Amino acid sequence: MAEKVLMKGNEAIAEAAIRAGCLHYFGYPITPQTELAAYMAKRMPKIEGGVFLQAESEIAAINMVYGVASTGKRVMTSSSSPGVSLKQEGISYIAGADLPALIVNVQRGGPGLGGIQPSQSDYFQATKGGGHGDYHLIVLTPASVQEMADLTGLAFDLADKYRMPAMLLADGTMGQMMEPVELPETAPEMIEKPWAVTGTQMKRKHNIINSLYLVPDELEKMNFERYERYKQVEANETRYEEYMMDDAEICVVAFGIAARVSRNAVVEARKQGIKAGLIRPITIWPFPKDAIAKAATHCKEIISVELSMGQMIEDIALSAECKVPVTLCNRAGGMIPSPDQVFDAIKKAAGGNE
Amino acid sequence: MLNLTPKRVTLFCGHYGTGKTNAAVNYAFYLKRALGKNVKIADMDIVNPYFRTKDSEKELGEAGIELISPHYANTNIDLPALPQELYGLFEFKESYAVLDIGGDDRGAYALGRFAPLILEENDFDNFFVANFYRPLTANAADAFEVMKEIEAAGKVPFTGIVNNSNLGDETAAEDILKKIPLAEELAAMSGLPVVMTTAKRNIAETLGIENVLPLDLQAKYY
Repeated sequence: MAEKVLMKGNEAIAEAAIRAGCLHYFGYPITPQTELAAYMAKRMPKIEGGVFLQAESEIAAINMVYGVASTGKRVMTSSSSPGVSLKQEGISYIAGADLPALIVNVQRGGPGLGGIQPSQSDYFQATKGGGHGDYHLIVLTPASVQEMADLTGLAFDLADKYRMPAMLLADGTMGQMMEPVELPETAPEMIEKPWAVTGTQMKRKHNIINSLYLVPDELEKMNFERYERYKQVEANETRYEEYMMDDAEICVVAFGIAARVSRNAVVEARKQGIKAGLIRPITIWPFPKDAIAKAATHCKEIISVELSMGQMIEDIALSAECKVPVTLCNRAGGMIPSPDQVFDAIKKAAGGNE
Repeated sequence: MLNLTPKRVTLFCGHYGTGKTNAAVNYAFYLKRALGKNVKIADMDIVNPYFRTKDSEKELGEAGIELISPHYANTNIDLPALPQELYGLFEFKESYAVLDIGGDDRGAYALGRFAPLILEENDFDNFFVANFYRPLTANAADAFEVMKEIEAAGKVPFTGIVNNSNLGDETAAEDILKKIPLAEELAAMSGLPVVMTTAKRNIAETLGIENVLPLDLQAKYY
């Protein structure tokens, strides 16, 4: 076992990415994810073949990612909400060219320039497109510094496997908090990428990386094929964690920092004899629809706890198919719900006396 | 008790995330509670957006320790400006002053403005806070490198090392003891003494070593 180290969430992503074989980082600083770029700036020059480049803008950075991804190398960029909005065109192109890449969003309050405090209000952007056209990202949501590291490695593996961009959707708290973390000691196994543009050496037919199709039925065919792949992702890669759900009557659904707060509230509810449980989606695309559907068969209410005006709640409601009420417990604009606020929502759902 | 005669001004500098704020806040408590001194603490961090001295405002206030922090700390204004009250710390010398400086050389630049005042008064300690569980300062040589960068930026020479090696909430006594040789190595390299080792109060007594600063207050994240 590797010795544990104490890291900020942002640093853990950076170090885990390097250990996952990502030697190309392009970005532009923005609070609250700047430590990620700063860490890369310190580490990459010391690694053979390592590239850290502070681009002139987020738009430039994502297009550099597009370029490196075309060569089959592991590559990433990171930003926070306003910066990720700028990257959306590039992300759509990367998805349209069927390339693997990692985009990290350490969310802050919005819309607009918003603020620098934590938020989860880019859920729609991350899971429902963000850029133009029919596409998805695999979206992973860490809830500890250890997961910031673990899910970074997983995101690269999944992106390679399904030839699609993956997103690590964290928030400012996850980026800034410090916890002990154990980092992987061995390099991951890389899969072959016969599609990559690496030079033919005059030995094979050249590869083309492109998202432009002049004939519409070809473009339609590409879209159909891509969605067949997405079906596999939904079938194989949906991840979530359940806590005290077996006999739960009140189901709390939350990810990231909201899940940590909610877990405390569930513990308190159990202490007071209320059968509460927690479903923590780890992937929000694909969304753990089946887990929610199952909860809807034995819970009397589902509470979505979010640092937004209520975005994941729509996926929960769709999955619950109107079998039970789905309610929102939230803060927005950079504020975090307290365990007491979540506990009060649980108590109310359980039919408390207030 | 620490085997240390406190100076009028004590600075806590170091690589970011080593626990400077934690060490500074708890040292201020030590000055106030154990030694009965009149203490003010200043948050001079212009780098870190969250988790700062201001988070301990309530506890500091209850202990009678005045906190001077940037007006925009913990708000949405990402403006690295320092409060004018800071000048008072150097003007009025009847209080002990504990200064929590921002991480790395970038954080220490803010100190440069006050360096002439600190050097002129010449009643200061400048402590390098080391946490050998931080991956970029996991050995003495890397920590020494950061030490030199900070000294160049902050323009105040270091006078001692605070061994704040910890793994957050999970820190056990053996985790602390394991890193003492690295602190000694850094001491030999820099020619400065290890002035204290920090530990949560319940662990502090079990360490069996001298010069332990007990930590009563620690940052918590849900």
